[in-house]
Amino acid sequence: MPLLSQPAPKPERPRRKAVAVAPVRAVPPMAIVGDSVEMRLGHTLVTALPDGALWVAESKTLIVSDIHFEKGSSFALRGQMLPPYDTHAALLKLTDLMLRLQPDIIVSLGDSFHDSGGPARMDARDRELLRLLMSRCDWVWVEGNHDGRAPETLGGKFHEVLHVGSLVLRHEPTESAAPGEIAGHMHPCARVVGRGRSVRRRCFATDGARLVMPAFGTYTGGLNVCHEAFANIFPGGATALVLGKDRVLPAPNERLVGD
Amino acid sequence: MLKFEPLGTWPRPCHADCGHSTAAASGTGASIRAPLRYIKGVDARVPLLPSPFEEWFAARGWAPRPHQLELVSRAQAGLSTLLIAPTGASKTLAGFLPSLIELAPLKDEGPRRPHKLHTLYISPLKALTTDVARNLNTPATEMQLGVRIETRTGDTPPSRRQRQRAHPPDILLTTPEQLCLLIASEHARVFFEDLQAVVIDEIHALAPTKRGDLLALALARLKRWAPAHRRIGLSATVADEEGLVRWLLGSSPSPRGGGRGRQRNPALSPAPQGGGEIIVKAPPGAAPIIDVLDSDANIPWSGHTARHAIPELYETIKRTKLALVFVNTRAQAEMTFQELWRVNEDSLPIALHHGSLDVAQRRKVEAAMAAGKLRAVVCTSTLDLGIDWGDVDLVIQIGAPKGCARLVQRIGRANHRYNEPSRALLAPSNRFEVLECRSAQEAVQEGALDGESLRIGGLDCLAQHIMGCACGEPFDEDELYAEVISTAAYANLPRSTFDRTIDLVATGGYALRSYDRYRRIVQDPHTNLWRARNASVAQQHRMNVGAIVESEMLDVRLAHRTGARPRPGTPKAQGPTPLVAGRRLGQIEEYFIEGLAPGDTFLFAGEILRLLGVRETDALVVRATDQQTPKIPSYAGGKFPLSTFLADRVRHMLHDVKRQKKLPKQVRDWIKIQKRRSVVPAPDEMLVETFPRGGKHYLVCYPFEGRLAQQTLGVLITRRLERLGKNPVGFLASEYAMAVWGLEPMGDVDLAALFDEDMLGDDLESWLGESTLMKSTFSKCAVIAGMIDRNVPGATRKTGRQVTFSSDLIYDVLKQYEPDHILLQAAFADAGEGYLDIKRVGALLARIKGKIIHRDLPYVSPFAAPVMLEMGKVGIRGAADEAVLEDAASLIAEAMS
Repeated sequence: MPLLSQPAPKPERPRRKAVAVAPVRAVPPMAIVGDSVEMRLGHTLVTALPDGALWVAESKTLIVSDIHFEKGSSFALRGQMLPPYDTHAALLKLTDLMLRLQPDIIVSLGDSFHDSGGPARMDARDRELLRLLMSRCDWVWVEGNHDGRAPETLGGKFHEVLHVGSLVLRHEPTESAAPGEIAGHMHPCARVVGRGRSVRRRCFATDGARLVMPAFGTYTGGLNVCHEAFANIFPGGATALVLGKDRVLPAPNERLVGD
Repeated sequence: MLKFEPLGTWPRPCHADCGHSTAAASGTGASIRAPLRYIKGVDARVPLLPSPFEEWFAARGWAPRPHQLELVSRAQAGLSTLLIAPTGASKTLAGFLPSLIELAPLKDEGPRRPHKLHTLYISPLKALTTDVARNLNTPATEMQLGVRIETRTGDTPPSRRQRQRAHPPDILLTTPEQLCLLIASEHARVFFEDLQAVVIDEIHALAPTKRGDLLALALARLKRWAPAHRRIGLSATVADEEGLVRWLLGSSPSPRGGGRGRQRNPALSPAPQGGGEIIVKAPPGAAPIIDVLDSDANIPWSGHTARHAIPELYETIKRTKLALVFVNTRAQAEMTFQELWRVNEDSLPIALHHGSLDVAQRRKVEAAMAAGKLRAVVCTSTLDLGIDWGDVDLVIQIGAPKGCARLVQRIGRANHRYNEPSRALLAPSNRFEVLECRSAQEAVQEGALDGESLRIGGLDCLAQHIMGCACGEPFDEDELYAEVISTAAYANLPRSTFDRTIDLVATGGYALRSYDRYRRIVQDPHTNLWRARNASVAQQHRMNVGAIVESEMLDVRLAHRTGARPRPGTPKAQGPTPLVAGRRLGQIEEYFIEGLAPGDTFLFAGEILRLLGVRETDALVVRATDQQTPKIPSYAGGKFPLSTFLADRVRHMLHDVKRQKKLPKQVRDWIKIQKRRSVVPAPDEMLVETFPRGGKHYLVCYPFEGRLAQQTLGVLITRRLERLGKNPVGFLASEYAMAVWGLEPMGDVDLAALFDEDMLGDDLESWLGESTLMKSTFSKCAVIAGMIDRNVPGATRKTGRQVTFSSDLIYDVLKQYEPDHILLQAAFADAGEGYLDIKRVGALLARIKGKIIHRDLPYVSPFAAPVMLEMGKVGIRGAADEAVLEDAASLIAEAMS
């Protein structure tokens, strides 16, 4: 794996209030390796995968965020009968990742279920598959705002904040956190312009020091990285690692526009 | 619409012979119900009008027209009628006259008489209900009939709606959506059970749509509650008369679905043979005078702007009192408006009117038109239907009309007077359109009409109706099925599909029965009647009624910055102050704005605007005063496809040298050279040309089937050429031709195999899976069927960005896990007719079997030139999406190297 230099110091730039255009900033050092993007977060090498999961090779840790299991049944409760296959689809994606990477640890970075009633609504087939996956490695649920401590009933470990090496894993990103924080919660999406059109996809958002994970869930929507909520987390602007059809593609923020 | 003509323009029927005015009914209830006397004659069975009516007509020096009297006598016999009458023939009054006559005697019961709904009027336009109410109130007031006439639309305040439900008026004027809402309310049966008549205006515009599906189902429900009611359909242009009669009347539900009422109405029995007994036709008005602009300017090879004709059109407008300038898309409207003002040396008042403009702005234009303050209005289909806005004496159609019925409808906007001819001028914007305009002109003069064909009822609409019924009066599924198949649109619906649709409504209809506990509708174990699970589910349904699913729209607002502006001469303040959204100019499709980057300019509301960015549901813009050439909106979805009927006439004209004599010389020469350099195909043939140019190899075919169908064809042909190793790079579909280009010579392709009908099998299937059009078609079905809600109780207006999930994701999941789901089937059926026009591609492939003629040329032919000029604008969509991302990524790679 190619080793990368230390990230360049953040240039101090005032946050622009202008509408939905991300401030321009230097792209943090990163490398496209196969279908993925590698970069250093603090001192740790991490790999952004096309499925929207993050791989930390040194500790064989696989991180996914905002799975929102049972979102479909949550809507059905209120009368919107979305296809009941979202949980299963997410589980299959996870299974595939586990078979390929053989992780020692899996971290679900909060909002694992769409609501705290989710684990009870999960159907027997999906529950069985999840149990099987959980038996193959150390499984960590991180507390989310949607589901609280609900996933704990399914087993596995439960943390509010998890430290893995120099990385700090929590659901909601904190303002002015130290380098090495990995969070979810925001469901970042990027709208990339070019060739007279624009394309909107889920993405990782990072400034080279911290990272916000894309939502892993089947039905999860997204918030544009140009939204000002991201400016609080990345005052110097962020680079989007966009999930393409079958690979991750970094997009510099001059190519990003708001919704 | 309602206009009463002075006596002079219409001969008074039969007065000398019968002298009926003195013997007219006295106005009491008894005499109204007494059989009317008819005048003996060949076709004239003219009943007498009760005296207040007779006197009212006479006092104005008017006479009722034969078709109006015919409707009165038919109503007396309890018969339903489809009235076909040209614009200006007072058909709306004809529709209401029987009701007014029946209601008149009730006056004697005094103002406290019971509230019973007598007549329901349905119009496709909200504005039309208001207009008709006003025009109906005039005679009702003048005759002192004491009839209660009210409208009910989305704008009606809740308090009045509530009052209307408790105390219905005699005549209620409303829209299909409001009817659906009434049916989905409790006590709907009580509200409707006194109903005597339903009048459906502009029926030809409603019947072939999803709104028509919902309306047909709603009418079937009304028949259960008020079995004796008669129906009156009103239309100016009808191509398929018998089809429309079937749509209007449906058939009787089978005996087991007979409902409470015993009374049977002969007119509502199975559709009569030939429909002839149901149709009443007013004599056609004066034939329209249609000219095709024979421009002195060079007629362009391609494009849709008609920029070359603007000076001549301006001269025409100068000689006219008020001209309506119809165009086919909003982008064209904006462009034409700009171009007309560019040459408007006399500063004539020329206005702009289209669906995206702010309502207040549109009302202003309409008022100015009515007041005679305008000389020309550039407009889109927003002014196709309905209301008279002033003395229009000329209709100009820019670009080809795409269909004869639409053309006739538009021409009818000029001179809304029965016996004077309407005048129209067609301005073709390119050479193929010259042929199309001529064909349309000939067809209208022959009285030949096309028109949208009636549809097979959509399952999404059926699902919405089932939910609506469950929210109103609980239903028995056998009875509802009988009711549903009594409509023409659902006549062939299998019971099994109906049952699956009920399951779709109840649980989402998934093979995995996970939602059985969350049913939206539940069946009473004792009575077996279905009803909504609870009040909140019903409320949610009522908030999402209707079949109009609009694209997500953004408000276009002029923006300015807050705070103290730096005075001239003082140094600029530090950084820009925040933007503030200002005046609203109108609405624009979200997808269009998505394609723009901040700083891009576009034409909107007659101005060149620069996009600053989007904030929540606002697109913030400033006027771009320094710009001359904006990036023009493309609104591709708003185009009408060329009708099959007109396409056929164009193909014949191409081959018929005699009919070409009327064509401008430029166009005649163009066809002549095509004959010399390639070939002009016979009407039943399809020409395919292959030729090299600029290092690429082209295959151009000329199906004349409209852009939508040819776009689908383009996708499928490209896939096949890919498999044949021809390395296709892109394709382009115009209204008339489709071109594919690639890196290998195309001359040796087996064309019979390439255009074989099996194309619609696997190739279509695999493409549909990814097609964005298919996804948006599905999304609309899902919304109509109630799987995805547009509106959630308590939430403010949503746009795509705020919705918590994307319908694309749902489509992908459903396609993967339950490809036979009933809603995917519904979406597929829609795609066949809608944006993908698969049905038409199928008809084309069948038509050209064994009829393909091929020319392998060393050069571009005259027919190919137009499509070559439009080339380079389109790539292959799926690949292009990824290319945008790759471009951006390569910037990174560059920065890192």
